Order: sequence, then C-alpha cells, then structure tokens
Amino acid sequence: MSKLKTDSSDWAANTARNTKRLGYWTAAWVVTMAIANFGPRFIWQLNESLTIIAILINLAIGFGMIMANKQHLKGLDEMHQKIQLEAMALSLGVGLVVGLAYSNLDVTNIITFDAEISQLFILMGLTYGAGVFAGLRKFR
Amino acid sequence: MKNRLKVLRAERDWTQAQLAIELEVSRQTVNAIEKGKFDPSLPLAFKAARLFRLAIEDIFQDEAAS
Repeated sequence: MSKLKTDSSDWAANTARNTKRLGYWTAAWVVTMAIANFGPRFIWQLNESLTIIAILINLAIGFGMIMANKQHLKGLDEMHQKIQLEAMALSLGVGLVVGLAYSNLDVTNIITFDAEISQLFILMGLTYGAGVFAGLRKFR
Repeated sequence: MKNRLKVLRAERDWTQAQLAIELEVSRQTVNAIEKGKFDPSLPLAFKAARLFRLAIEDIFQDEAAS
C-alpha cells in the first residue's frame, strides 16, 4: 500500500486559502458598504459624484465577493457542500416567505413602523447561521 | 448504507485525519461517513476503494439489500 501523506493535503491548503480569500473579500465589501453609506454625510458632504463612485466600488467588490464565495463553495468537500446547500435553501426560503409577509404587514399598515430591507438581511443571516449550525450537528 | 471504513482504517492504524487527507475531505466528513450519518458520493466511494485496494461493495453495503 502506498505511504500515507503526512502533511495536510493540497485540498486542505486550497480550502484554507479559499476561506481566507472569502474573508478578505467580505471584509472589503463591508468596509466599502460602510463608506458608501456613511461617506456622503460624514466624509464628503453629499457630493454626488463621490457617492456614485463609492457605490460603484462597493458593487464591484460585491461581485468579487460573490465569485470568492462560489470558489469557496466549490472547494468544500461533499458533506460541507450539502450543509451549505441546506442552510442556503433555508435562508432563502425563510427570507422570501417571512420577508414578503412582513412587507404585507407594512403595506396594509398592520404594523406602525416601516419594514426595512436591513431587517430582512439580518433574518436571512441568522437563519443561514442556524442552518449551518444545525447541519454541522446533524453530521457530527 | 453501512460501511467498514472504521475497521479498515483501524487495521492500518490510520487516524481519521490521515484518511481525510488521502480522500481529500475534512476529518468531520470521514467521521460522519464512519458513523453512517453521511453517505459518500460514488466518486468518493471509488476513491476509498482505490485507497484500500478493495471493491466498493467490500467497503460499503446497502442496508436495504441485507
């Protein structure tokens, strides 16, 4: 029988690299999001050209983050891909169903406050996190 | 699906981490397969069979058929 590899494999190193890359892209996206959001009021006093540039940069980095996430998912092993798929399905489903129900509550004035899109993203993020946690427990 | 992965690994005195490196999956995935909580894909089952130099059915057995 062939000798076992003693060091971590190329696959493990590649996964670690993909995770790190996704982390960098996500951090860059969050920072540019904050700049595009708070910059007009606190940094460049509502200069429209600068605001558009900040939003375009945020958008471009957002696409980079999407590609990094795709690469990260493709690099995972099959069990972790399954966990991610189930967590994303849960997050998308809950986001769609609860988000639209919440929107209906706002449109029909059953709730007195405005339904904000940021609240939907928080819900989806929490649902996704819970889905990954449940998946990891399921296969432990 | 039942499997003999844990027995085969123990016979060779390999750790889950070593087997995971060979199969190019995480240690958690090896653990889940050994416990029967996760069924591997056909390519991964073939990879395990090649590694242990056995036929797939010598490692993995369909519980419904037994």
